[in-house]
Amino acid sequence: MSVADDRLQAMLQRIPYARFLGVRAELAGDEMTMILPFGQHIIGNPVLPAIHGGVLGAFMEMTALAQLSIKDGGERQPRVIDVSVEYLRSGRPLTTYARADIKKVGRRIANVHVEAWQEQRAQPIAALRAHFLIGGGTP
Amino acid sequence: MSDRSDIMANMAQGMSQGSPHAREMGFELVSMDGGAAVMMAPYKEIMVGDPDTGVIAGGVVTTLLDHCCGSAVHLAMSEFKVIATLDLRIDYMRAATPHKPIYARAECYKVTRSVAFVRAVAYDESPDDPVAAAQAAFMLDSSAGKPFIGGGKPSGGDKTEGGR
Repeated sequence: MSVADDRLQAMLQRIPYARFLGVRAELAGDEMTMILPFGQHIIGNPVLPAIHGGVLGAFMEMTALAQLSIKDGGERQPRVIDVSVEYLRSGRPLTTYARADIKKVGRRIANVHVEAWQEQRAQPIAALRAHFLIGGGTP
Repeated sequence: MSDRSDIMANMAQGMSQGSPHAREMGFELVSMDGGAAVMMAPYKEIMVGDPDTGVIAGGVVTTLLDHCCGSAVHLAMSEFKVIATLDLRIDYMRAATPHKPIYARAECYKVTRSVAFVRAVAYDESPDDPVAAAQAAFMLDSSAGKPFIGGGKPSGGDKTEGGR
């Protein structure tokens, strides 16, 4: 395991909400895939059943944060300024994956895009665009 | 309160209790005034996103806002329809105060045949000092998770494709 991988796993282990959701991460070089195993506790609509839309948003936001921490060493947790979530397909009772693409890291702001999918990467179930404040301070 | 709003209120309440995730998080519908839904999330250790400060994860606020917006849509409709979030935009103004419950107040200000538009704020002390603000759109009569079966026009372009 690389130093970056150790750091990433340690970061996720430290966050109670990440543990509650059951989020895991796999790192191949600098390419990270976040994994959200399906469980009863993340169901939003029990009739379909479907994963709660908020959970998908939260999962993608966490993916963006984790990707940023790999890039800058994760010394300070970036603070989210805004997110825009697009829901493309319903989250079925399956494992969900997500990958983040850091579009820009400036002095104060990072722009990150995330996509989440289940069985096929080419058929994303949701997407997120977010801005983060990096390097400490308040928005 | 009229019979209809009683029914819709029961349904909005049922939405939190009927949703396993909302139940885990302890979301509770606390009021419905003038068509707006107010929902509360108690502070829970499982919600913490920053273990150093005890501040809850942004994702919890996202989920509360999404859920509350959905309830507001149900309150605004004259009959029950399956709904699905189309998009959700959130501005995070400040961290929620640790160890305090957080509230969301959502208002569905426009319902068309296919889409409902909602705005919401999340706050701990007062809606005038928000933690976050949201703007969301919901598809009505969504065929989410089910194959689309005729019965009028498709409820929204790509949303009905791909095994939904």
